[in-house]
Amino acid sequence: MTRLPPSDGERIDRDSDVTFTFDGKQVSGLEGDTIGSALFASGQRTFSRSFKYHRPRGLMCCAGQCPNCMVAVDGAPGVRACTEPLREGMKVEHMNASPSLNFDVMRATDLFGGPFTPPGFYYKTFIRPRRFWPLYEKILRHAAGLGKIARSQPEREWQTEYRRRHADVLVVGGGAAGLRAAIAAAELGADVVLCDEGPEPGGRLLAEGAHEHARELAERARAAGVEILTSAPALGAFDGLIPVWQGDTLHQIRAGRVVYATGAVEQPLLFPGNDLPGVMLSGGARRLAALYAVSPGSRAVVAAVCDRGLEAAIALMDAGVELAAVADLRNNGSTPPLNELMRRGVRPLRGATVVQATGRGRVRRVVLAPQGGEGDEVTVDCDLLVVSGGSAPATSLLLQGGARTGYNRQTGVFALEELPDGMYAAGEVAAKGALDVAERSGEIAGRQAAHSLGFGDADSHARVEAERKQLANGNGQPPAVAVPQPVAPGERKGKCFACFCEDVTAKDIHLSVEEGYDSIELSKRYTTTTMGPCQGRMCQLTAIRQMAKETGQSLEQIGTTTARPPWHAVPMGALAGRPFEAAKRSSIHGRHRELGANVMWAGDWRRAYDYGDPQAEALAVHEAAGVIDVSTLGKLIVRGSDAGDFLDRLYPNRFSNLKPERIRYGVIASDAGRIMDDGTICRLDDDTFYVTTTSSGAGTVYEWFTWWLADWQLDVQVTDVTQGLSAVNLAGPRAREILSSLTDLDCSAEGFTYLDGKRANVAGVPCLILRIGFVGEVGYEIHCPSAHGQHLWDALMEAGAEHGIKPFGLEPQRLLRLQKLHVIIGQDTDSESTPFGAAMPWIVKLDKEQDFIGKWAMEHASGEELETALVGIKLENGHVPTEGAVVLPDGDGPVGQVTSSRYSPQLGGVIGMAWVPASLAKDGSRVTISDEGKHFEAEVVTTPFYDPDGEVLRS
Amino acid sequence: MSYVLTCPNCGPREVTDFSFGGEVNPRPKSTPSVRELGAYNYFRDNVAGVQREWWFHRSGCGEWFLAERDTRNNHVLLTELPGGKA
Repeated sequence: MTRLPPSDGERIDRDSDVTFTFDGKQVSGLEGDTIGSALFASGQRTFSRSFKYHRPRGLMCCAGQCPNCMVAVDGAPGVRACTEPLREGMKVEHMNASPSLNFDVMRATDLFGGPFTPPGFYYKTFIRPRRFWPLYEKILRHAAGLGKIARSQPEREWQTEYRRRHADVLVVGGGAAGLRAAIAAAELGADVVLCDEGPEPGGRLLAEGAHEHARELAERARAAGVEILTSAPALGAFDGLIPVWQGDTLHQIRAGRVVYATGAVEQPLLFPGNDLPGVMLSGGARRLAALYAVSPGSRAVVAAVCDRGLEAAIALMDAGVELAAVADLRNNGSTPPLNELMRRGVRPLRGATVVQATGRGRVRRVVLAPQGGEGDEVTVDCDLLVVSGGSAPATSLLLQGGARTGYNRQTGVFALEELPDGMYAAGEVAAKGALDVAERSGEIAGRQAAHSLGFGDADSHARVEAERKQLANGNGQPPAVAVPQPVAPGERKGKCFACFCEDVTAKDIHLSVEEGYDSIELSKRYTTTTMGPCQGRMCQLTAIRQMAKETGQSLEQIGTTTARPPWHAVPMGALAGRPFEAAKRSSIHGRHRELGANVMWAGDWRRAYDYGDPQAEALAVHEAAGVIDVSTLGKLIVRGSDAGDFLDRLYPNRFSNLKPERIRYGVIASDAGRIMDDGTICRLDDDTFYVTTTSSGAGTVYEWFTWWLADWQLDVQVTDVTQGLSAVNLAGPRAREILSSLTDLDCSAEGFTYLDGKRANVAGVPCLILRIGFVGEVGYEIHCPSAHGQHLWDALMEAGAEHGIKPFGLEPQRLLRLQKLHVIIGQDTDSESTPFGAAMPWIVKLDKEQDFIGKWAMEHASGEELETALVGIKLENGHVPTEGAVVLPDGDGPVGQVTSSRYSPQLGGVIGMAWVPASLAKDGSRVTISDEGKHFEAEVVTTPFYDPDGEVLRS
Repeated sequence: MSYVLTCPNCGPREVTDFSFGGEVNPRPKSTPSVRELGAYNYFRDNVAGVQREWWFHRSGCGEWFLAERDTRNNHVLLTELPGGKA
């Protein structure tokens, strides 16, 4: 199809073709087209099938507001063709029609099902017999909804950037009023953000002959420093936060003041056939012609209730469309566009409107008649019916922010009545529709917003006052509008759609009132009017008018339904897409990869689970040497003259008497006496302690330490060096030889004893070496600056090669620690565990003169009988119980659970840890474990399975 | 829930930058009775109104500070460092 002759405001580039497919067929459009304009230009008139009756639907608003043009793009359903920019190679498919868009078998529901598909049809029909519901549900599921979502869509996994923007003033809507408001506020010095859903700011100016002016305003706004976000609809108003969606970015905008210049939504008219392809809103027809040079039809009928529709009639004539008839619902009066039409020889039918449209698959014939039925009908053949049912202020976002609206009899719409503090409205949404008035209201709103934040001088204030007076003095009169009357269903043949999204007809609203759903909120839920993709833009006002008629109430009495977010359709991915989340990797991580490690998540960290054979890795630690990357441990430096006192207050045992270069194990408990975390503490010098925590507890412990510090105000500094230092644990009978070969430090059993902590160079790297019993063999935990972590690892692996060193991962570490009955906080303990129950009563020094966190609760606990206790268990038959398996001492109800369990090749049997009744917490007791429906006998062990007296460890 | 807290060090930030430390719940000065200990550990006032509470600037400077917030509307009336530090 040919395009209209070039015009200045058009958005297309006639020299660049863009090719895409629609339902597999290749279609060609132009750069700058939307999918909708390109398809329309190629001759496509049906864009979708309606929700319930599968009626053909075509372009109507061309502004992303109505549901008529929703298609699937590259597998993503629910895209509005009329606003989605065309891209080369995009795959566009229709939704909700089978086998094809032009022939849809479900259309039967429209042709034959009308009387059988009233509101509540599903609930009324498919309730009996009740046992068939599962079957019904399957079928109904298939019939419901519009699009289809692929089961897996890796290419559509969202990565959403969440951007926070704090501004002085946010302007929502970039039409004439919004741009003016942004300019005014920015020129007074305010930091202003403006967001608009269109690809360029300008709003109605762009398609209605004032694009030059729009571009000037946008230019001026940019020059004044306004941040303009385009293709960026505001989604809602929450507690002063306004989310604005723009592609992969969700801007979370917080502004001191918000100016809403959201405009108005042109309303359709209610008559049989009002949904036929070829019935278009005046704004839609104008956008097609002005922005994309596509003629919306060749012979048009225009039905208007105010000047907006007549202006469209003139614009269509200018674009070469034959004007077959014009109906103006207003009975009298004279306005510039009316006079212009008369001058051109068009005589609009006064007081008339469209009462019926007919045609197979698209509009062919229109009946115009005086409203109320008195007078002659006129039947006109056409292929385009332009309707303009007045403009409903787009108040949803304002209502969410706390504004109030009320019915205005003069304009026939719900208009703003009350704005909360910090909120301003300008332009059409504030009933300042005419262009000059809209701009002046924007100017005022922008200045007022800036003034209220302290910008502007006395002159500026005075100017606002003068402007306000002038606007109030008659210049701001709303344009003359006739209010369309509700229809009487059944008067003429054919369905009158009040709601296009959900296929709700005027008759359905009539029926729902008859059945007792006589409030607008009930009717909304029953018929689902306003609950579809248009979010009430096209249907709310119509539905309220019909309700008023059916119930005999006034529109004031009916009121509106609540406008909820999101105001604009938004992909779930933009809201819930995975944020750009950093995974933590140790500085040695690359080496683990090279060694073939199985890498897993451990909290925020990526860690080596094993290197292929966890049991062999564990055996290597017993037989030769193993090395594990423990950089994930939390590491804090606690320094200051009160450091010892501080730790004494935080831990149940003593640290102030710890000698420099010595290490002590510590458990952190809450004031309720419950275990929170554990780790080792090495005193580096009189004022400095090096504290390690569990990997997952690092953040919590740092917060815990600094919180108490904030309360106690001691002379202590706590520094988190977790990320700055790497650590490896070297353990096994050959560990001493390996370490000795890399350092001048005396590593002999006498020179470097168990629980010593020494600083020395290892492989040329300054290290802190902690001799602790992490995995049960002679072991050294070596901490060094992260930058040298990989070098240290390499040096150890190289020096250890002749001794048979092996790297080991998390899994063998679990086994090795279990053999020693080392409690893993959070695995073997929970939020109720005390040191007494967890077999660590020795850690609690109740005789400590110093008060400490948890002391009071532990004093009580120490005097009470334990109910359950943590013990080791041994199973003979080789079954490794599931962690979490239940402990049943005598067959009655569970009394405990298994927390850790492994097969130990070193010990040649299955071992574990479990909470058992305290009476059974002694060597040799028998307990029954219930796992996977079977019972297993286990023996209680209270000393470590391996090296119970620590002789190996200390050697 | 979304609002802005003013960190005494860093200035106004989104609340999601912070960890909530709960309402101010002073530790008993001397050994409490069992009942007092239970109340201290487990009971909170949970007022519908202005509450004094702890906040930690987790994604910022790492400072603990005190805030007075109206729990009914999330208006933060005041933030300050503990111990009267400026």
